Amino acid sequence: MESERDLMLDGNAAAGVLQEIFGEEMTTALTTCDECATVSQMAMLRVFSGGPGLVLRCPACEAVMVRIAQTPRGTFVDVRGVRQMRLPLPSIR
Amino acid sequence: MSERFVTRGFVGKRQDAGTAANRIPPGQHLVKDFPVLSAGPTPRTDLRRWSFRIEGLVKEPAQWTWDEFGKLPAQEFVKDISCVTKWTKLDTRWRGVSADVLLEHVELDGRARFVVAFSDGGYTTNLPLPDVINGQAFVAYEYDGKPLAPEHGGPARLVVPHLYFWKSAKWVRGLRLIERDEPGFWESLGYNNHGDPWKEERYSGD
Ligand SMILES: [Zn+2]
Repeated sequence: MESERDLMLDGNAAAGVLQEIFGEEMTTALTTCDECATVSQMAMLRVFSGGPGLVLRCPACEAVMVRIAQTPRGTFVDVRGVRQMRLPLPSIR
Repeated sequence: MSERFVTRGFVGKRQDAGTAANRIPPGQHLVKDFPVLSAGPTPRTDLRRWSFRIEGLVKEPAQWTWDEFGKLPAQEFVKDISCVTKWTKLDTRWRGVSADVLLEHVELDGRARFVVAFSDGGYTTNLPLPDVINGQAFVAYEYDGKPLAPEHGGPARLVVPHLYFWKSAKWVRGLRLIERDEPGFWESLGYNNHGDPWKEERYSGD
């Protein structure tokens, strides 16, 4: 169980990567799980990192919501597990 | 080429730094520990509910319970493994059942060309059938003389040592024979479809 806890970082660990992709601070964005419809802030998603890519899972049902792989040929983002995303208000420009 | 005649038992016991280096694929570094990398939480499958299945393009699917699986002819194998995250571990010692033994229990449909390994938790990985047969793939349930720990894929994981380790699906529950290739969990997200460490097939397009 120890080793599993080491694997799971707080959702904020993925914050930098998400910000790079979406161009916004994303930790407070609300995501709806396509599997169970639970709404969570992105910072609350369970993050599995350290493997080939980054996997963000629903804290309620553990379904895969977001997969991100950064490769030399681009960053691959799969969000099919997210039914809806509500972004925070953009910062005043 | 005299090295080729050294028996398997000697290899690994008498490595000097030079020969060990020859066993590390390009871009990899040697580790002594066994890193734990997962795309999801560690499933805890009740062995009474566990089964292993061969399905898809076969005349009749085959299925084993945990007890039945344990009675299949097993073998010990010692292999070097390489993860795409760039670590290589030499002489890992496993016990399990060769995919050849499992496939003996089904009659393959002539159209079967690829294999999808599927796992508890929904993970999948795809392999060409020729990479699975002839002693190249195993379903392992012991590591280093002990039951395979859940964080390393226990109760049983696929071990395909000649490919990057994401192909060695943890918590594997079966193999599905298919005609047309279906990229798996990482293969569908920019990772290489084949994953040969000696060719550095890390990403799609490599
Ligand atoms: Zn959910």
